[in-house]
Amino acid sequence: MSDLARETSQMKPAGKPRIDLKTAGPLIALIILVIIGYSLNPLFLSEGNISNLLTRSAFIGIIAVGATFVITAGGIDLSVGSMAAFIAGMMIIIMNAAADTFGVSLTTVLIGAGCSVILGIGAGFINGFMTTKGKIEAFIVTLGTMGIYRSLVTYFANGGTLSLQSPVRDIYRPVYYDSVLGVPIPVLVFVLVAIAGWVLMNRTAFGRYCMAIGSNEAVARYSAIKVDRIKTITYVLQGLCVSLATIIYVPRLGSASSATGVLWELEAIAAVIIGGTMLKGGFGRVGGTVIGALILTAIANILNLTDIISNYLNGTVQGVIIIVAVYLQRANISARRKPKT
Amino acid sequence: MKLKTLAMTLALGTLLTTGAALAQEKIKIGVSIPAATHGWAGGLNWHAQEAEKRLEATHSNIDIIIVTADGPSDQASDLEDLVSVQQIDALVVLPFESGPLTDPVKQVKASGAFITVVDRGLTEPGIEDVYVAGNNTELGRISAEYMKSRLQSGDNIVILRGIPTVIDTERFDAFMAEIEGSGINVLDDEFANWNRDDGFEVMQDFLSRFPDIDAVWAQDDDITLGVVEAVKQAGRDKDLFIVGGAGMKDIIKGVMEGDELVPVDVLYPPAMIATAMDVTVAKFTSNGPVQGRYVLGAPLITPENAEDFYYPDSPF
Repeated sequence: MSDLARETSQMKPAGKPRIDLKTAGPLIALIILVIIGYSLNPLFLSEGNISNLLTRSAFIGIIAVGATFVITAGGIDLSVGSMAAFIAGMMIIIMNAAADTFGVSLTTVLIGAGCSVILGIGAGFINGFMTTKGKIEAFIVTLGTMGIYRSLVTYFANGGTLSLQSPVRDIYRPVYYDSVLGVPIPVLVFVLVAIAGWVLMNRTAFGRYCMAIGSNEAVARYSAIKVDRIKTITYVLQGLCVSLATIIYVPRLGSASSATGVLWELEAIAAVIIGGTMLKGGFGRVGGTVIGALILTAIANILNLTDIISNYLNGTVQGVIIIVAVYLQRANISARRKPKT
Repeated sequence: MKLKTLAMTLALGTLLTTGAALAQEKIKIGVSIPAATHGWAGGLNWHAQEAEKRLEATHSNIDIIIVTADGPSDQASDLEDLVSVQQIDALVVLPFESGPLTDPVKQVKASGAFITVVDRGLTEPGIEDVYVAGNNTELGRISAEYMKSRLQSGDNIVILRGIPTVIDTERFDAFMAEIEGSGINVLDDEFANWNRDDGFEVMQDFLSRFPDIDAVWAQDDDITLGVVEAVKQAGRDKDLFIVGGAGMKDIIKGVMEGDELVPVDVLYPPAMIATAMDVTVAKFTSNGPVQGRYVLGAPLITPENAEDFYYPDSPF
């Protein structure tokens, strides 16, 4: 930990005059983490490990890109982890059934993926609709759907595990395990989602509306922004992201159970917040979210690569690093303000 | 109008008295278990339901009520309801956690019910009439014994543990005690939380960290499935073997078919709840004493005996 503190104090003055520190905060935290990881175990930067790390962060990363929009518009979605488990379970049931009709073929996999997208968009719409038209707090709506999806997947799996038929899985498996031009497919999807998210947030009216609604909903309403519609769309986007993440998740283990996606919602929210998006809304950074997701995965990875810290304290280390990462940004923001006043 | 009311009161009265009469005749057994939040608990729920069907069909005077809880405090409320609403004659309980549930079970005992405790014990002795459990120490020891039979001095293994609990510590300590002095190196151990995803990720990291691993102790079959995928991805399935534990049907099927990557499994059966229910019913139907401790074995499941432990219909 003292390493981290020392590194931080060295990095800050160097970067201060030139680059936007609010943007750099998460990146600095990630760089420090990489240095720590490498010094604890040089294998951290081996090609295989980097590839594992990026592929793993794809799930939380893709979901977190969606969460960035929801949170920027002043909402919250606690249901994403359960939703992912539910969609994964439904995909498996649907593909197993489709395999009987369409045989073990690409069609079966595509049907599964298509259903995943429909379910994701539908589930997102339900969250958004109840929040905006039903006028129920997003926290409550998604707390409710979180419980509903989690128990539904348990019910469909009869308390056990839903498994994809292995012939279908053989066809589907490359979606997680193969690479295109040396880039694993999940990483590729993550990059595309992140780019799309960045463009949507920073280069379109929709992104500006999200920020406007998040900083002051009443003012946004008076500015003729269709607040309800925009907010609903953020939840639909979130649902879509969850379904994309699920499509690349299912081929990894070919199964879904009630233990799938537990606490993903908190990891996604943590990634968003570490990335510099404000929890109270009004300001969103998709790039930061991507880095936030990488930070979270890197912490777990580093802890697995070393045996210096007691296993029982892993949670403590993760908690401390999350708080420090966010504190870094805060410190930077206040440091930038000071000279002006 | 008045006549109608009278008739209804009479009808209701008759219903109630017959109901009460029936309740007096039937022996009510409450079964309180954790909800199906992970594979093993899912199996537990299934076996409890199967045992309920079987026991109620064979004994007309037995009424079994199964309740499932999401956490220790939830389970404490369940126990209160079983006593006050159902007025049970016996309780079969698999406590979520030993400490918090000790007092609530004591309360049930105070109501005069016969108490059977399953798997996780209570912190105070003398509350339960019957104790039925799997053998965590034995699970660790048998797993280590198998490792010793296949490995030589200087070989390397890694361990994927469950979640930080007493059960996990018992298994782990017994394993380490047995492996000691054999010359087998335990490279490292990490928690994989009885979860496939964590099993996959922790194993990936072990594989990139240690170029030479000869065997893996995965401690639980859910973790095993994640480990298998990670090993296959790394293309090292010819270099090592994996020992799981619990008795998941997919793993047992693999053992039966002579899988080389996961050649054996060590039993820690979710079916122990059925054993506990049988013993509790025996209290009311048998003419022999049933009080005492029933500790199930943790046998090594090999291709030769795998069929005995295979439940294809169970979710686990």
